[in-house]
Amino acid sequence: MNFLTLSLSLVFVFIPIVLSKVLKLELEKDTIIATVRSVVQLLAVGYVLKFVFDSENMIYILLMIILMIVAATHNARKKGTSIKGITWKLVVTFITIEVVTQTILLGFGIIPPTAQYLIPISGMMIGNSMVLSILFLNRFTAEIESNQDAIELILSLGGTPKQAIHTQLVNSIKASTIPTIESQKTIGLVQLPGMMSGQIIAGADPVQAVLFQLLILFLLLTTAVVSSALLGFLSYPSLFNERKQLLKKITTSTSDTEKS
Amino acid sequence: MTETNQAIQLNQVNYSITGELILKNITHSFPTGKITTLVGPSGAGKTTLFRLCNGLISRDSGEIFINGKSIDDYDPLVLRQTVGIALQSATMISGSIFDNLALPLTLKGEQLSEEDANKLLELVGLEKSLLYRNSKDLSGGQLQKVSIARTLVNEPSILLLDEITSSLDRVSQQDIEKLIKRINENYGTTIIWITHNLKQAYTIGDYTVVMMDGEVIESGPSDLLHNPKTNRTKKFVRGEIE
Repeated sequence: MNFLTLSLSLVFVFIPIVLSKVLKLELEKDTIIATVRSVVQLLAVGYVLKFVFDSENMIYILLMIILMIVAATHNARKKGTSIKGITWKLVVTFITIEVVTQTILLGFGIIPPTAQYLIPISGMMIGNSMVLSILFLNRFTAEIESNQDAIELILSLGGTPKQAIHTQLVNSIKASTIPTIESQKTIGLVQLPGMMSGQIIAGADPVQAVLFQLLILFLLLTTAVVSSALLGFLSYPSLFNERKQLLKKITTSTSDTEKS
Repeated sequence: MTETNQAIQLNQVNYSITGELILKNITHSFPTGKITTLVGPSGAGKTTLFRLCNGLISRDSGEIFINGKSIDDYDPLVLRQTVGIALQSATMISGSIFDNLALPLTLKGEQLSEEDANKLLELVGLEKSLLYRNSKDLSGGQLQKVSIARTLVNEPSILLLDEITSSLDRVSQQDIEKLIKRINENYGTTIIWITHNLKQAYTIGDYTVVMMDGEVIESGPSDLLHNPKTNRTKKFVRGEIE
């Protein structure tokens, strides 16, 4: 594929813009911004990757991974601002995911320690962990807000914060990991995974492409469960103070009822 | 340590939410083994006072003594088992009545026997056949009784009741009033009961405390509601302040 054929593919951007205009969806501006950003970001990443691959220097690989973790943390932390110290909790989660998955992959010799493997797989793992973390944080904060009575019931009976929050924690971990598990059940039947499709289009042997895709799917399973569970167990203590009281920051709705 | 014939002693207690003072310099004592009713209009700070005593929130300033011991010297979990609280909402965990009755022991890693669960149901005047019924299938009055029984599993020496009969019919109200009297007489449990029903406050309480705007306005034997001393209490009793 060259830049001429890529420019022709912009017709696929033109179609939604026309439809948005006709149907008055008001999505034209966002569509154009998204297109420009994706072109600039991906081209930049492409050239950076080319440089890193050519150099084969571990320092550059490490820098790329750090950049991914910083970007993922910056994006996910917006959903957990009510949780004290959410930034470092996300950083710990992403680093753990990276260390666990790469240790297994490199330790068992599943992939060679080259930039060509390390960077794309790290990107997929950290990116997936970021999405899972956002799903988890959304659900967790909603669960706490809507179940404050149940949480305080357990506290009022002499339960620990962990016991008080257990149901909400488990519900949130399950809710955030279920989409990953469910999507794997229908994979190949409903849609071909993006990475596998890309490899096949680029001329790779379909069986080889499937084997790599399976590897990624298994890694995503670990990423899903470890991300949600780790973030959950790191997050819940900061919802309580040293007197084992549910903090007001999360429980903004209490202020209306507390006076009665 | 302080006087132990007082179950709860509050000394110049203040509590605020985002700068708004909810409890203002409260100094008051609740006698051990007695039933004290707490009355006052909505927004008086009554529920906040309960939450402070149960340790769900902490005061801004002042001192609170529970059974003569400073609230700060209690382990929070022990404090909440000592000062039980039952709320109007009678929140249940999902599951059966047995699951709810067993909850306080489950939290301590212990188990409730079926025999003890049945005794609890009997104590609060509920049929044994309800034991394995889902909590969602019970009426408001039945849930309130389960909530009280569940709180009693911890054998609290102080029981805080927050408008537990306000949404119940007359018969259920009387059942619960008899139950609370029985608990007080049989176990010597100190009862502090928030109620909007002034007749109930007069008939069931040994003492009554009137709160308004975060302050204790008047307190004394329950007949004070018949002979209030302050103009604000007189207005409240006449229904002019709600």
